[in-house]
Amino acid sequence: MIEEKSHLPNRSNMSKSWTKYLLWFAQEHVDFRFAEINSLMSLFNIEMRFVRKPKDEPYWIVEFPSEVEVKLLASRSVSLRNCIELWAHAPNVQKLHEELKLYPKSLMQPYIQADKSFKIEVDTFCKHFSQKEKVDKLEAFSYLPVDGPVDLKTPDVTFQYIEYYGIIPHCPPEQPYEVFFGRWVASGLRQLIKKLSLKTRKFIGNTSMDPQLSLLMANQAKVTDGSLVLDPFVGSGSLLVAATQFGGYVWGTDIDYLMLHGRTRPSRIHQKTRDRDESVRANMKQYNMEHRYMDVLVNDFATPFWREDFRFDAVITDPPYGIREATERVGTKKEGYEVKAEHLPTHIPAKIEYGISNIYKDLLRFSARHLRVGGRLVCWFPVFREDYTENVLPHHPCLELVSNSEQTLSKVTSRRLLTFEKTREPTEDELDEYPVDIMDFREKYFVIREETRKERRMKEAKIREDDRLRNLNKQS
Amino acid sequence: MKLLTHNMLTSKCMKGVSIGYPLAIKALDIRTVEVDFNPEFVAKMIPKIDWTVLHGAAESIGQTDLPKEVVDNYENNEEFLKKVHHVLLEVDVIDGELICPETGRKFPINNGIPNMLLNEDEV
Ligand SMILES: C[S@@+](CC[C@H](N)C(=O)[O-])C[C@H]1O[C@@H](n2cnc3c(N)ncnc32)[C@H](O)[C@@H]1O
Repeated sequence: MIEEKSHLPNRSNMSKSWTKYLLWFAQEHVDFRFAEINSLMSLFNIEMRFVRKPKDEPYWIVEFPSEVEVKLLASRSVSLRNCIELWAHAPNVQKLHEELKLYPKSLMQPYIQADKSFKIEVDTFCKHFSQKEKVDKLEAFSYLPVDGPVDLKTPDVTFQYIEYYGIIPHCPPEQPYEVFFGRWVASGLRQLIKKLSLKTRKFIGNTSMDPQLSLLMANQAKVTDGSLVLDPFVGSGSLLVAATQFGGYVWGTDIDYLMLHGRTRPSRIHQKTRDRDESVRANMKQYNMEHRYMDVLVNDFATPFWREDFRFDAVITDPPYGIREATERVGTKKEGYEVKAEHLPTHIPAKIEYGISNIYKDLLRFSARHLRVGGRLVCWFPVFREDYTENVLPHHPCLELVSNSEQTLSKVTSRRLLTFEKTREPTEDELDEYPVDIMDFREKYFVIREETRKERRMKEAKIREDDRLRNLNKQS
Repeated sequence: MKLLTHNMLTSKCMKGVSIGYPLAIKALDIRTVEVDFNPEFVAKMIPKIDWTVLHGAAESIGQTDLPKEVVDNYENNEEFLKKVHHVLLEVDVIDGELICPETGRKFPINNGIPNMLLNEDEV
């Protein structure tokens, strides 16, 4: 096997003994893996190096200075399933056993003693085996010098044996591509995704973000205990729910009064009316995070009410793209318009178009001002896949783009999760107008929809015409 | 609305307003909800807070327990931090108004949520 070290050991590295680990990931949102792990390494100031450059597999083979780092990483990662201290890995079963027999007994010692109960788990990734076949695989390890008793329920030590048959279900190869044996060290936060499921969430809206992506966003924002977090387009607060899980103290704003008061039409199909007490706050209560709920305000993002010198640690948001919700702000095109005093109490403010390019311009400018230096903005940005280059992304001289991952939505559209870090305080000029040319996603979105609708109409017309001709032919 | 939030809000974005700080509070319904005490968090917030404004806002809604000034070495003064914790995070204005100090514009608070929506002639 070719081993590529991403860093040659230097003197400080040599004094530490790096240990090899297998990081096994969920095969979901693959593009977000690096962004999440990099953010966590930066948050905890962890070093990691690749033993082998990752490709399409659901695992990485890496080295860490010690187990502490691995456990820290797993304590926060939602893309990680398991971390295993790697005792042997090989391209086939026979070589694996040969390699494992060479693993130094001194390193095994703490885990194979008589007072340590253990179990061995057999995992065959992407290929099914009967229980009998699995037991046979397990028995091949009988040479391991383990002295402790077997305990399947609560073992002190769990060993994992993994055969990897690729990622394409239904047609696995005869032999595994790669096999691994090691000691389980920690699991990631896959359980938390279930716990925060939207299905059981008290208050949801039509555009609530699923918990997995929300947690990824909070990680990329490096939210940690005591972080001050704002979602300026808060909706039902799904991003803030995730941020509180990692210690964030949260604020949200939204232009939609009915949304924040839980009075919009219910978002669940079978729900006729909303509960009286649906709110962002109720969500926090549901997960015992009320102490980290600060406030939500009805507020148009185009006119924020935050004190100029107030600094957040993170801004995490999913702005409106205008597909499933309106992009509007308060305003009027009429010159010198005034609301008459007698109408004030019941006046509903007029709204004007708040184009995508203005929303992102405001969002970046706001973040350049209101983040602390080192604080992060994590936001979604819609794009047309064929038009995409980094040049179409919003940018600001005080915000460095640190990650950019894609989630495809359809053949032609996708959204990108952007993470910016504030590098310095802006000058007065930089806070004033500065050009960002962002193409309005919707203009094209609707144009394309128009086109496809037209195409579909023509296709259907052609099918009808063909049918008609065929029938004519039959009759004649 | 918590007094911590109040401390961070200004109506400066309104047409014709130059400072807009602090907003006056008219409280019709105040509730106190006990929440977990996190001394590090409270200590972290103190330098971010405009103390005079917090003190004034607290007094205006009947919370008179807060010292006029931040005490020295507050990080290690649990009694002080607990008082600040209570005023910042446990006192909640459920119904009432925020009032712009320059224009007198009122922003209603209901269900604990301030409505800072401006009319089209105010932006
Ligand atoms: C994509 S949704 C965000 C959903 C949110 N992540 C959730 O968990 O429900 C965008 C939100 O932005 C709000 N919005 C639209 N225009 C706004 C504006 N000008 N200022 C503030 N919020 C606005 C909408 O009411 C909507 O709730």
